[in-house]
Amino acid sequence: MKEMSKIVKTVANYVYGFIIIFGFYIIAHGHLTPGGGFQGGAVAASAFALALVSYGSIKSQRFLKKDIFSLFENIGLTLFILLAFSGLGITFFYNFLANSGSWFGAAAIIGVNPGNMNTGGLIPLMNIAVGLEVLSALGVIVIIMAKGAEFTRKKENS
Amino acid sequence: MSILLKNSPVLILALPLLAAFLIPLVGRINKKIVGTFAALTLAFSLILTILLAVKVVTVGTQVYVFGAQSSGLTLPTGLNVPIRIMFQIDAMGIFMGLITATVSFLGAVYSLSFIRKPEGMDKFYSLLLLLTVGMFGMEFTGDLFNLFVFLEIASIASVALIAYRGIDMGEPAEAGIKYMIVSSISALVVLFAIGIFYGEYDVLNIAAIASMIKYSQMDKIALALLLPVLAMKSGAVPMHMWTPDAYSEAPAPITMILVAASQASLYALFRVVFSLYNINSNTFAAGWIIIIFGVLSMFIGVTMAIVQKDIKRLMAYHAVSQTGYMLLGVGVGLAVLSNPVALKEYGITALEGGIFHIMNHAMYKGLLFLTAGALFFRTGTRNLNKMGGLAHSMKFTTIFFIIGAAAIAGLPPFNGFASKLLIYESVYKFNPLLSIIAMVVSILTLASFVKVFHSAFLGPKLPRFNEVQEVPQSMVFSMAILSCVIIFFGLFPDLIVKNLVHPAVMALVEQVNYTGTVLGGM
Amino acid sequence: MIDNLPYIAVAFFIGLGIFTLMYKKNLIKIAIGLCLIENGVNLFLITLGYKKGAVAPIYTMAPAGQNMVLPTPQALTLTSIVIGIATTALVLSVAMMIYKHYGTLDTDEVRRLRG
Repeated sequence: MKEMSKIVKTVANYVYGFIIIFGFYIIAHGHLTPGGGFQGGAVAASAFALALVSYGSIKSQRFLKKDIFSLFENIGLTLFILLAFSGLGITFFYNFLANSGSWFGAAAIIGVNPGNMNTGGLIPLMNIAVGLEVLSALGVIVIIMAKGAEFTRKKENS
Repeated sequence: MSILLKNSPVLILALPLLAAFLIPLVGRINKKIVGTFAALTLAFSLILTILLAVKVVTVGTQVYVFGAQSSGLTLPTGLNVPIRIMFQIDAMGIFMGLITATVSFLGAVYSLSFIRKPEGMDKFYSLLLLLTVGMFGMEFTGDLFNLFVFLEIASIASVALIAYRGIDMGEPAEAGIKYMIVSSISALVVLFAIGIFYGEYDVLNIAAIASMIKYSQMDKIALALLLPVLAMKSGAVPMHMWTPDAYSEAPAPITMILVAASQASLYALFRVVFSLYNINSNTFAAGWIIIIFGVLSMFIGVTMAIVQKDIKRLMAYHAVSQTGYMLLGVGVGLAVLSNPVALKEYGITALEGGIFHIMNHAMYKGLLFLTAGALFFRTGTRNLNKMGGLAHSMKFTTIFFIIGAAAIAGLPPFNGFASKLLIYESVYKFNPLLSIIAMVVSILTLASFVKVFHSAFLGPKLPRFNEVQEVPQSMVFSMAILSCVIIFFGLFPDLIVKNLVHPAVMALVEQVNYTGTVLGGM
Repeated sequence: MIDNLPYIAVAFFIGLGIFTLMYKKNLIKIAIGLCLIENGVNLFLITLGYKKGAVAPIYTMAPAGQNMVLPTPQALTLTSIVIGIATTALVLSVAMMIYKHYGTLDTDEVRRLRG
């Protein structure tokens, strides 16, 4: 893919950070507002697609590397399964942090309220793990398909 | 030790899942130990499955509820419907679980020598473990939507494994895309039927729906949607078009595991028809539809197999044909389910024959695919016209092939004879014509395997195969274990039928036990 | 009649998807057809949970004395969308492999395995 004009690159430089922060906001507030791990990860991965399209697939390989994304994907997946294993003393996937007073352990308030982020137990942690995983996995998919487009362009032009 | 046994329904799945996610991280350190890591995890799962099987057959149906205060707490306090996702393992589920555990462990051990290129090895083993997790999940779950999710996990992992060699050549990619489209459509129609069930009854648990099902118009539509698409996933005719391509282009150990995955879809079909509907539906009509799928599969599978030149494509058509035997046996049992006299006289025997045939088929078809893989590993070709005289150099492979071919043709004392005899006897009392078609198909099966044996193994030693020698140790190990299982099941079929197959059949036939375990609050 | 409009849309989506799978020859169009069927089934699942006059099932905005739409089908639909992404990514990747080896995406030409 060829890189785009200077206007597109400048706007992409500014907007890139906002998109990723918005994605992380959706991931972190998954137990209070609509959203959660997958939705936030998909929004944040669209920032990588923006960077790829505006800088072209050759130049963006300097800052979007497939190996780092692959590593973070595995870390996210392993973290999710280890969190599920951590309640194995009672049952698998048992939410031992909810209503317990420690980390993320406050009781949930019923009724219309702004929402207390400290509630939910294991759910926000699992949201973060899943969000990290989806972000990296979609990044890997986008990078590899761009490489495939590069290969096809070389083949069709030769 | 007791904590392992108490949580064993989950650990059988969760440990391969954890290993599947850890393998790329382990692969960064050292690329060569990922295979051993995967095989050790699957060996551990196999041991836990055998222990759980002993517990289920002696004690009763096991239930494991995710995220509850204790693992048997199916109904939360104050409610009388189950709301959490649960695993419900009765005798039929653990029967299929034993097949999956054996086949995937032996497949992983075989791949230690079969997969030689180190570049994609960590992804291969990761996908193999994910396919195993998908199959176990389908067989152990007690929740309809969970069945759909594990069905999709198994399909996606198996497509990636079928297209594994597609980096160098084009045909595996073509087989992969055909399989992906077929399995995608079938999974979406299963989801549509699950939506119909949810819209009517407001619960997703199989036992809860089974206790309140009424066979209204929407239930008839759901049954009519589910029956063909689950048969499509198992490779029944007339929806079998993906089977020859997918089974022949996948690497040989993956084909063995794919056969078990198709049988897991067959298990899902039986679970829906027997435990969800049971006598509330028109079992005579549903039974006859399954019988017609079975007879068509048997006949078309074996007639297409005789003319093939590619050894794995021939064996894949035989897999279609043997699936017809299972559908025939279980279809006869379903058709007489409402008729207690006929059920006791030949229905239970037909069901036993069909379900015993599932395990026998996984064993001998797995052995045959592994021998075909051994031939491909040493000679580099799958074309029967180019092979010849290999019995001189590959003695072990020849013996294993003879055992597998005799088992599939139904010769005593191998296990194919035991299950086929049960099917012939009981189906004859239902309708003599079906039994005669089954016997003719068996003769044609023997004919085609004699052809394969003659082309590949007999004859003078060809000069271009001069440096061919026996396959490596791990491949011989897998084939030897399968042969021992085949001979053991053939010599003592009564032991297996009494202890494993008969409890499985009674668990399917009696719906009251299935619902009572969950809703009785036990 | 106006309440049945989402179900008519579901039937339209699934019918259009099946039409695309049967009559179109380009592999990318077949992938789009699979996507259409999947969108139809997801819409069916969400429409099942509707109740007249109910609000969105958000925990922190739940006024007293009002019904909520059923939240379970929304969770089912979310899972199905994630599975759909994985399926679409895999179909497109395998289509890329086919283009690399066969040189064409026309399903009439991609037929080396037959018989």
